[in-house]
Amino acid sequence: MNPLIEFFSFSDPNIRYVVLGSVLLTASSAIVGTFTFLNKRSLIGDAIAHAVLPGICLGFIVAGTKNPLVLIIGAFITGWLSLIVVEYITRKTRIKEDTAIGLVLSVFFGIGILMLTVIQKSGNASQSGLDHFLFGKAAALVGSDLIAFLIVAGILLIVVYMMFKEFALLAFDKAYAKSIGYPVRTLELILTSLIVLAVVIGIQAVGVVLMAAILITPAAAARFWTDKVVIMVFLASAFGAFSGLAGAYISFVAPAMPTGPWIVIVISTIAFISFFLAPKRGVVYRLIRQNNIRQTINNENVLKVLYQLGEENKNFFIPRHLDEIIRRRKYEKSTLQSILRRLLNQGYVEQTGNLWSLSDAGKNKAQRVVKIHRLWELYLTTYMKIAPDHVHEDAETIEHLLTPELEAELEKQLGYAKLDPHQTNIPYHE
Amino acid sequence: MNDFYIILTASLVASSCALLGCFLILRKMAMVGDAISHAVLPGIVLAFLFSGSRDSVTMLIGAGLIGVFTTFLIEFFHKKARLQTDAAIGVTFTWLFAVGVVLISIFAGKVDLDQDCVLYGEIAYVPLDLIISPSGANLGPKAIYVMGFVLTLIIIFIVTGYKELFLTTFDPAYASAIGISTSLWHYLLMSAVSVTTVSSFESVGAILVVALLIAPAATAYLLTDNFKWMLVLACASGVLASLTGYYLAVWLDGSIAGAIAAMSGIIFGLAMVFSPTHGLFFKKLRQVAH
Repeated sequence: MNPLIEFFSFSDPNIRYVVLGSVLLTASSAIVGTFTFLNKRSLIGDAIAHAVLPGICLGFIVAGTKNPLVLIIGAFITGWLSLIVVEYITRKTRIKEDTAIGLVLSVFFGIGILMLTVIQKSGNASQSGLDHFLFGKAAALVGSDLIAFLIVAGILLIVVYMMFKEFALLAFDKAYAKSIGYPVRTLELILTSLIVLAVVIGIQAVGVVLMAAILITPAAAARFWTDKVVIMVFLASAFGAFSGLAGAYISFVAPAMPTGPWIVIVISTIAFISFFLAPKRGVVYRLIRQNNIRQTINNENVLKVLYQLGEENKNFFIPRHLDEIIRRRKYEKSTLQSILRRLLNQGYVEQTGNLWSLSDAGKNKAQRVVKIHRLWELYLTTYMKIAPDHVHEDAETIEHLLTPELEAELEKQLGYAKLDPHQTNIPYHE
Repeated sequence: MNDFYIILTASLVASSCALLGCFLILRKMAMVGDAISHAVLPGIVLAFLFSGSRDSVTMLIGAGLIGVFTTFLIEFFHKKARLQTDAAIGVTFTWLFAVGVVLISIFAGKVDLDQDCVLYGEIAYVPLDLIISPSGANLGPKAIYVMGFVLTLIIIFIVTGYKELFLTTFDPAYASAIGISTSLWHYLLMSAVSVTTVSSFESVGAILVVALLIAPAATAYLLTDNFKWMLVLACASGVLASLTGYYLAVWLDGSIAGAIAAMSGIIFGLAMVFSPTHGLFFKKLRQVAH
């Protein structure tokens, strides 16, 4: 049978368990992770993931079996303890938070490894499988795991749903939340408990090291597509669920492939695509926009030089040589040529041989820029009381940015003044 | 003799890590060190595939490059994609680590690495891998030569670049004012961290390297205000953790690397409470006396 059909028909119960388990884990971790991410506590998730190991071993030593409830309670205790220790060290000594996090995660993990190796050599037969917590075992999930996951995922979803507004406010404006009487400390406690819970079940799928990824990476990716928390939570869980599904599929098609790391590679790929290609916040979009702005500024500056040269000769349409422009404003010759060619295409300048002159449209555009520049200088000296020799730099920037509405407002406020602070004429469009 | 070899190897690893750790924690880059120690995994697997062994010059050069690449990626995500620093670190190192684990699975037959070794190393096997001279004399374990070489490199690096490292750590603005490139020394330091991580990898694994990078340095930071003393004390506490950790592991019959990490944490805890200058106990005592 075609593996794709075989996989997605979910007829094999093992496939069902693995897929459902992976999707549940990744989606619910992603939801909790969104708030961790927004609180800028991504690395705390990493610390908890490492710190639950000694708790799991402790749970095993106490119970003598791999009773999931006891293991989870053990994990919960050391996961919480690690956070308390981080906070205590940061508050009581001069050690910084990042050092405290690194210290606690590696030391707790070391203790965990020590306990794990001691248990492994103790001869207790039921210990086999404890190391699943180290590397994850998404490909070997069984029915009873799934029930535990379902319960935990259910708790996570219900709590997040009920406290959504509080968590969102906490992430964006803690001081405000406190001032309107939210129990900030309790909310943080609940949120941290949710992280610990998500970590405790999540590490069974992807293991200690990669746990941070399924918490944080979906949220980081989702952040690039939206500014709304609700949408971000949905996107993050969708990204998480997709990577869970994809990871399960890959290790189904190639059984030697570990599921957990593939889940992480898929979700990281989604994140990288988002970082680069997302509209508005993506790297590519921002580079394009920066480039457009730079082009506009260059265009307007060259037009302005041609205009100012025209003012001196009382004729705006005299063809000019490149050197004349460069004498006024420093450009590489090749850069200037490409700017002028762009302006020619846009119809703002005309070319005769190797001489360049303003077109009518170009003159109007340049006049507007010069007008805004001088109006702004006047505004700064009149209203902000800034000395006339300090206003040029600021006007150089604002002349490219001012919207037509603000431009009209500025004209009105200054009463259509004729002269700027340097006693130069302010040109209005007739 | 085996005890001695293991303790010596651990001490050499601990000293190299402790020296670099002092710079990391003062530059608030402890978690970047953590990230690098995970991110070198794919580099190790690839270098292993190309050179066929774990202790070659290729591997050290590759490690330096991977460290620079990781640091660069974190900064790229932070500055160009405007991702917050903590998330940039988290996304980068988990991705590279996952790639490393997948590479190990793909080349399982060709690469002598397994996941256990990745996480907590195989320092107990150090005395088994001996260098035998052509005449047949036993020259001691290979790991000691490798780690000795790395420690020498780190010491040379710190001694020759002391002024630059010191200034870029404590006063980057002044450093760049007098013409020291902060980013050059930043990347050099990160290369040194990855070289140390990769060479320590075999003995203590990826995560316990982090314990040795951070804990001894943090301990020393609580004991002194003098930076040179901090370097010395960090090494001393690293060596002490190796020594006590080894005997703890023997006593409990558990992982040596895990025990060393645990001991480095306990030593830190002791310093936190009983440090004469910054300890909580004496601070309390002084408060009561006043």
